[in-house]
Amino acid sequence: MSVLLFTLIILIGSYFAGLLGSLTGLGGGVVIIPLLTLLLKVDIHYAIGASLVSVIATSSGSAAAYVKEGITNMRLGMFLEIATTAGAMCGAILAVYIPTHYIAILFGVILIVSAILSLRKKAEIIVQHKSYLSEKLKLNSSYPTANGTVNYSVNKVGGGFFMMLFAGVISGLLGIGSGALKVIAMDSIMRIPFKVSTTTSNFMIGVTASASAVVYLQRGYISPGISMPVVIGVLFGAFTGSKLLVQSTSSRWLRWVFAVVVAFLAGQMIYNGVTGKI
Amino acid sequence: MVHDRININMAKFKDTDIQALIGNVLRAGTIISISIVFIGAIFYLYRHGQTTAGYQAFTGIPDFLQRPGSLISSAFNFRGQAIIQLGIILLIATPILRVICSAIGFAIEKDYLYVGISILVLCIIFASLLNGHAG
Repeated sequence: MSVLLFTLIILIGSYFAGLLGSLTGLGGGVVIIPLLTLLLKVDIHYAIGASLVSVIATSSGSAAAYVKEGITNMRLGMFLEIATTAGAMCGAILAVYIPTHYIAILFGVILIVSAILSLRKKAEIIVQHKSYLSEKLKLNSSYPTANGTVNYSVNKVGGGFFMMLFAGVISGLLGIGSGALKVIAMDSIMRIPFKVSTTTSNFMIGVTASASAVVYLQRGYISPGISMPVVIGVLFGAFTGSKLLVQSTSSRWLRWVFAVVVAFLAGQMIYNGVTGKI
Repeated sequence: MVHDRININMAKFKDTDIQALIGNVLRAGTIISISIVFIGAIFYLYRHGQTTAGYQAFTGIPDFLQRPGSLISSAFNFRGQAIIQLGIILLIATPILRVICSAIGFAIEKDYLYVGISILVLCIIFASLLNGHAG
């Protein structure tokens, strides 16, 4: 295949991956890696490197908008980044030693978990109980809504921190943002309002990915020929997605479609991993 | 009590300043790095568009992209891959730059706990950088 055609296919695929990833909140990386490895037979290390770069681009691009709105809890993000960056560093180091077919299987498993989690109904819970650690770390905050400013508290800081460590390892190992795991840590464990957890998670994804990208960069996993179409495609796809999201809020059927697609890709990754084709 | 209220308002005011700064850093970093990648892409596709793409086996990346000195000189010689790689490195640096900006912002706010936390995050990233180099 010529470089021109190869670039064009990745560009188009990445655009749709970015679009779907932003509409469903799962991120573009989860589709990019199967696209590159299964369809184009790209070595999984290059795929992880390129995906990681696109994750940084979308996180930075969208965090820029959210941070200004004042929904993102910067202190919480900063504090949890200790866990995610430490985890990401370990993940990136592990990726060098783990055989590629195990990475493919783990990727498939994480994909399925993320897809199931993205289908859960999200209830907005606002907790007012202030724990000792959240007071000490000044994590309790407020965010603007249509009905005025809402104050909220952060719970189980230790548990959330531990979950973030795990999210960081997965991000570094598989080259995805692991936004789904970050949102669980903040939604289910720390009991933060959904809007805050989503934007704060997105804010953290860029730094987390950078911590492992510096390792990948030096190991030669980030190849310009693959990263270029992936990052441009995903970024523009995510941008289109964010414009569409403003217009329509009922994307439930889309989540289902995406979950089915993701489950199929996950199955393929696991199958190829088990049979040793990746 | 009244004094406390004023302090909180001051902190809030400065928090929004940091937010604006961070927002601008992230946006500018993304736009500039993607533009560089785009320019590199034009050179790369013009020169290598008709060659065969081979990424089936992992072979790392060409040597001239791996060393900082040759990467920069190749970029100035309009080698597409080097320009793309520089854009990507800038993109990776953007969130790290954001952490540096938050550290400065927290320092202005005299929130030393969070200055420390920001510096700790930077140290972890730096450790990761050294670790990648060692292998």
